[in-house]
Amino acid sequence: MTDKAATILVYRIVIKASAQAIWDAITKPEWTERYAYGGRVQYELKGGGHYHHEASPEMKSFGLPDKVILGEVLESDPPRKLVQTWHPQFTPEMIAEPPSRLTYEITEGQGVCTVTITHDVTGAPMVAGMVPGGGDPAKGGGGWPWVLSDLKSLLETGARMPT
Amino acid sequence: MDDDQVFKALADPTRRFLLDLLFQRDGRTLKDLESGLAMTRFGVMKHLKVLEDAGLVVTRRSGREKLHFLNAVPIRIIHDRWIDKYREREVSALLALKAELEDKDR
Repeated sequence: MTDKAATILVYRIVIKASAQAIWDAITKPEWTERYAYGGRVQYELKGGGHYHHEASPEMKSFGLPDKVILGEVLESDPPRKLVQTWHPQFTPEMIAEPPSRLTYEITEGQGVCTVTITHDVTGAPMVAGMVPGGGDPAKGGGGWPWVLSDLKSLLETGARMPT
Repeated sequence: MDDDQVFKALADPTRRFLLDLLFQRDGRTLKDLESGLAMTRFGVMKHLKVLEDAGLVVTRRSGREKLHFLNAVPIRIIHDRWIDKYREREVSALLALKAELEDKDR
């Protein structure tokens, strides 16, 4: 990227589920351990609230720290909007970057919900290189597209995608 | 955002080119995208509308500007639901063939 302007990434998916079910799948540990890379989230759902993502046993086996992602809740409007900082602790380079800013928006209509992730990764090139995915999910290269695709499978069929 | 719409949207070289432009640099204005194409503004708008309806492009307002972002999620879904499935079958068919041929050699 050549310009110094904000670096914003946008991901959107349509899921046949209620806004509340999607909200729970994003914010409740019993849900987050069931899809994508797993691991339990801990959210204090209010402005200034604490957030972290606990490593799954598999992540720990790769030598990742107990709290793999740190952050702070900036805005919580269940089940519609969640704004938070998001600072993955995967590598020393990522730890050295400033926290990114993540927004989840859930809009309901005609029996489905649209989930939009807007990820402001300005000044965080390592995170900007990781979250678009495009690599092998088994090696950690799934990114948001794979995470959202897996979330959709779980909520619509009750099961994860076969891997 | 169904599979048919995504396949239709991808079945056009101009639209694939627009996605490539956004892949190189995301969050572009119509004016910016237009300059990369020998096409009228209206033509580019029509293609962007097809991409947006298929969920491959998401627009976002930033001040007075409307910015276009690439949304790779529908492509990931097609990959997960279609390509992986057939690739696995292909591989296992080849493995079966290999086993059979090697068996005959003995």
